[in-house]
Amino acid sequence: MNAVFYIAAGVTVVSTVLVITQFNPVHALLYLIVSLMSVSLIFFLLGAPFAAALEVIIYAGAIMVLFVFVVMMLNLGHLAVEQEQQLLNPRMWLGPSLLVAVLMIELVYILAQGGSHPVEGSIVGSKAVGLALFGPYVLGVELASMLLLAGLVGAHHLGRRAPDIKSPGEETS
Amino acid sequence: MTSTPLAQVLMLAGLLFSLGLVGVLVRRNIMFMLLSIEIMLNAAGLAFVAAGSRWGSPDGQVMFLFIITMAAAEVSVGLALVIQLYHRLKTLDTDAARTLRG
Repeated sequence: MNAVFYIAAGVTVVSTVLVITQFNPVHALLYLIVSLMSVSLIFFLLGAPFAAALEVIIYAGAIMVLFVFVVMMLNLGHLAVEQEQQLLNPRMWLGPSLLVAVLMIELVYILAQGGSHPVEGSIVGSKAVGLALFGPYVLGVELASMLLLAGLVGAHHLGRRAPDIKSPGEETS
Repeated sequence: MTSTPLAQVLMLAGLLFSLGLVGVLVRRNIMFMLLSIEIMLNAAGLAFVAAGSRWGSPDGQVMFLFIITMAAAEVSVGLALVIQLYHRLKTLDTDAARTLRG
């Protein structure tokens, strides 16, 4: 099980280095998703399956989709078409899919070994996390909801088109 | 089960954090700076989960949940700022946004 951890850690570091050295934002996003997935595998190895699922669903799912939307929004016109064509180029997705294939092999290996042996300690399941979250940490949950509300209002306010820069043929809200 | 010491997971978290810090300091594209901040938050979450699993307590995962919540709020505000910056200055370079009254 140690070897699995080391390979996942290697995939994490390699893909993170590739995130901060890329020049195209979409390439960097793909490598960041690979990095998040390998961190999720490490969570699974550490005996935290709930955190692993949240990492994939919220980080790699929701937050990265937000990034992709903004990247696609920013360059409109023929630049976006070029970017789409570049996405279909095999050279672009070969690196991330190789790294993800390594993770996939590791996952199949773990499942073939018979499920979730933690590298260290015991498995802390979602039930324990839920009991802690709504027991002693319930004040933190309330504060998190307020933080999310503030984020929502802030994003709505900042995302509005400023009234002094009108692009032609577009009404300001 | 022969155990991976906590120190190795924490070293990985520290390495990821410093990679994200290098990204924030080196890159001047605001999109990459936001991505590097995400890397740093993720490394902090990894340290929390590793420490929580070392002592078999759910507190680490609870803190990871709070970190994810904060990351979601930060990303939504940050991306709204990116869109504003691009509409006003037509660039993603943070050095172009040095002056307060553009």
